[in-house]
Amino acid sequence: MTQRSSGGAASEFAIELKKINKRFGPVWANRDIDLKVRRGTIHGIVGENGAGKSTLMSILYGFYNADSGEIFVNGQLAHITDSRHALQLGVGMVHQHFMLVDNFSILENVILGVEDNALLASSLSKARQELKRLADEYRLNVDPDAIVEDVSVGQQQRVEILKALYRGADTLILDEPTGVLTPEEADDLFRVLRVLREQGKTVILITHKLREIMAITDTVSVMRQGQMVATVPTSETSPDQLAELMVGRRVLLRVEKGPAHPGQTLLEVKNLVVADDLGVVRVKGVNFAVRAGEIVGIAGVAGNGQTELLESIAGMRDQRAGDVVLAGKVLSLKGDDGAHRARREGLGHVPEDRQREGLVTQFEEWENNVLGYQYDHAYGRGMLLDIAAARAQAIERMHKFDVRPANARLKTANFSGGNQQKIVVAREMEQNPKVLIVGQPTRGVDIGAIEFIHNQIIKMRDAGKAILLVSVELDEIRSLSDRILVMFDGNIVGEADPAVATEGELGLMMAGVHKEAAQ
Amino acid sequence: MSARRPLPRWADVALLPVLNLVLALIVSGIVIALIGQNPFDAIRIMTVGAFGNLEGIGFTLYFATDFIFAGLAVAVAAQGGLFNIGAEGQAYLAGLGAIAVGLALDHTSWLLVLPLAIIASGIIGGLWALIPGYLQAKRGSHVVITTIMFNFIASAIMVYLLNYVLKPKGVQEPSSANVVDAGKIPQLRTWFHQFGGAPLNMTIIFAVLAVIFVYVLVWRTKFGFALRTMGHNPAASLYAGISNSRTIMTVMFISGALAGMMAVNEVLGEQARVVIDFTSGFGFVGVAVALMGRNHPFGVALAAVLFGALYQGGIELQFEMPAITRDMIVVIQALVIMFTGAMEGLLRPGLENAFMVFGPKQKAEAAARETVSTEG
Repeated sequence: MTQRSSGGAASEFAIELKKINKRFGPVWANRDIDLKVRRGTIHGIVGENGAGKSTLMSILYGFYNADSGEIFVNGQLAHITDSRHALQLGVGMVHQHFMLVDNFSILENVILGVEDNALLASSLSKARQELKRLADEYRLNVDPDAIVEDVSVGQQQRVEILKALYRGADTLILDEPTGVLTPEEADDLFRVLRVLREQGKTVILITHKLREIMAITDTVSVMRQGQMVATVPTSETSPDQLAELMVGRRVLLRVEKGPAHPGQTLLEVKNLVVADDLGVVRVKGVNFAVRAGEIVGIAGVAGNGQTELLESIAGMRDQRAGDVVLAGKVLSLKGDDGAHRARREGLGHVPEDRQREGLVTQFEEWENNVLGYQYDHAYGRGMLLDIAAARAQAIERMHKFDVRPANARLKTANFSGGNQQKIVVAREMEQNPKVLIVGQPTRGVDIGAIEFIHNQIIKMRDAGKAILLVSVELDEIRSLSDRILVMFDGNIVGEADPAVATEGELGLMMAGVHKEAAQ
Repeated sequence: MSARRPLPRWADVALLPVLNLVLALIVSGIVIALIGQNPFDAIRIMTVGAFGNLEGIGFTLYFATDFIFAGLAVAVAAQGGLFNIGAEGQAYLAGLGAIAVGLALDHTSWLLVLPLAIIASGIIGGLWALIPGYLQAKRGSHVVITTIMFNFIASAIMVYLLNYVLKPKGVQEPSSANVVDAGKIPQLRTWFHQFGGAPLNMTIIFAVLAVIFVYVLVWRTKFGFALRTMGHNPAASLYAGISNSRTIMTVMFISGALAGMMAVNEVLGEQARVVIDFTSGFGFVGVAVALMGRNHPFGVALAAVLFGALYQGGIELQFEMPAITRDMIVVIQALVIMFTGAMEGLLRPGLENAFMVFGPKQKAEAAARETVSTEG
């Protein structure tokens, strides 16, 4: 094992935090945090959004200074002043949102900011060799000359890891690394992390997906409300126990629901053909129906047309051909206000990406509570917006859906991911739609909120709504749906009963193998 | 997990512009010192010239009237994420509406002429801006490009019209006929002689009304909601069923209409006719005014008064300090525009850092973001 610091006898801990305190005004973001990360291990840190994981890692990475407490890197006391300093000490970070220049090559991204001199050519050729060495050593194969925007998200994440390694990182912090990855890409990432561990690197994995913690970490630390509530060997714990530690109460990881009682057909999709922005046909003549009181889940690897399908049904994207029929009425989706007409007919839509579509993050919360229903008479009958009514309603819904903090004047960007999602879900459900289409309902959402949102979806079903669910989380599809449709390459390739279908069968169908062959 | 937190609102809308202005004045002072003049005298002369007496104030507010209309035009479009740099051309062409009303109703009363001239010039300015708006909404041609180009087209049309159509027989200069009676919007000096030669006129009432109108439009109406949604996040407005194309065309019309109203101040309030280039580049100053005013109507009004003072003070400075030529004045004005407009973000990172270190409230807000309590 190579030793980076000059400290002679290496400490057995790569990172040691002692009594870290960080207060923001009256709020303790981190309180008396002790953490020991053993060298050459994968150490998971779990906690709900807002538990203080990010603040703690920010302190370790030099974004914030702790109010008190000590940081030891490789046994040496360190006063980390900024991220550059953290990197010098061998601490590298892979952010949740990649910090890459999209139109640069992978090689250029790797050396960005650490060029040797003003002449780029010599840096590049040296970096090319080093990159090849790193790629071989850690089995992180990338094409150094590929342009970043052309490669997959999983590949982009590799570039981020390579960037940190190129800068000499011994300890890698990964912040919610699988949030943007497909299951295969996530498996691939875990393989890379295991290789890193074999090679003596230390990995700190921040996540709130307990499955990942169980699958890959050696030790797991749980944070709740700014405090470290437990650190246990992963082999001696269970997801249920971790969930309880995170939330502070018993949590049901399985969704509890009774049998469905499907009624009349409320949503019918007939021969729908949809193209994406570049004119590529992504939905190739899809037919299905959703009845009142049932949840139909669409499973599939991301990018097989689910996004375009949802957008088209919601009126955000013109169809090339085919119809969407809502409660017997053909929706007129043409034009850029199709979503308005779809809503008027009784369609609710929780979009796949709340920050890009479902919310205006710069708006105050009550304004987002209005979004999509701004022409509704509840918010004023004339040209003026009835702000008082809108705010009162927003507060009411925040209490009903347990959105915290319940401050309708707070900027939406300041809410955690789970609370942002609750704002969207509350808005779409409280309009009492006939049909609710839901995309990735729990992406980047903490456990407590996941449980809540799942229960709300079941409640809507039991209230006789037709629900169409799209998720890349196969577990979510299987536990919520009453029927599963599998989408592959723009087609519905099969239907499955969640009670009997195995993960393997569904996985094969998602990969395009026909149902009969899959069984 | 960003390293910096946004500034508190008061620092963003007040402290930062003031610091930018101070910086501009310091650099201007260095330039003035370099040509051997006393910068403190120069600042005193400019300040007294702009605010020292009613005549100075009258000039300042007369300029400010133009800048309010131009600044609002830029600001309202910016709320929708659109950059209208065509206020100059929209105002120039709108001069036709003002003069038409002025000449046609010259025998009636200014009480009739003023509102009708505002409407007529607003419609012409609005229609002129609607064309780039349509091209953006339906054809994807970027308004930044088209509005610039439309300035040249407007200019060429006006030169043609002034030379061949509007110019009365026997007049040498390319200009329209004069309004002589009721078509003139009365200047305040006709009632208050203390205003001296200042051309401040009743059009300023509509400038103030326009400020209130834009505030209500943007923050109190459903259209304003749609506009701001589009400005912040066009994907969200598509999701919300807001027609971006309709919003773009509507706001461009409103923006052009506001720019067009500037023509009333110049054509009927001051010149009593349309002359070549009567807009004198004030439409472009509107961009700096809107930037400095943070695209907020009240900010625009304050910034417009500041720029009015700068123009009026500059004229005074030219008289009192002969060593400072007209070109020097332009340099000073350009410095202020540059620091408060184009480089308004210059001090922002430093100020944000200062607030991170010194502002307990900032820290508390940051904590509220990072740490949302999970217990009741």
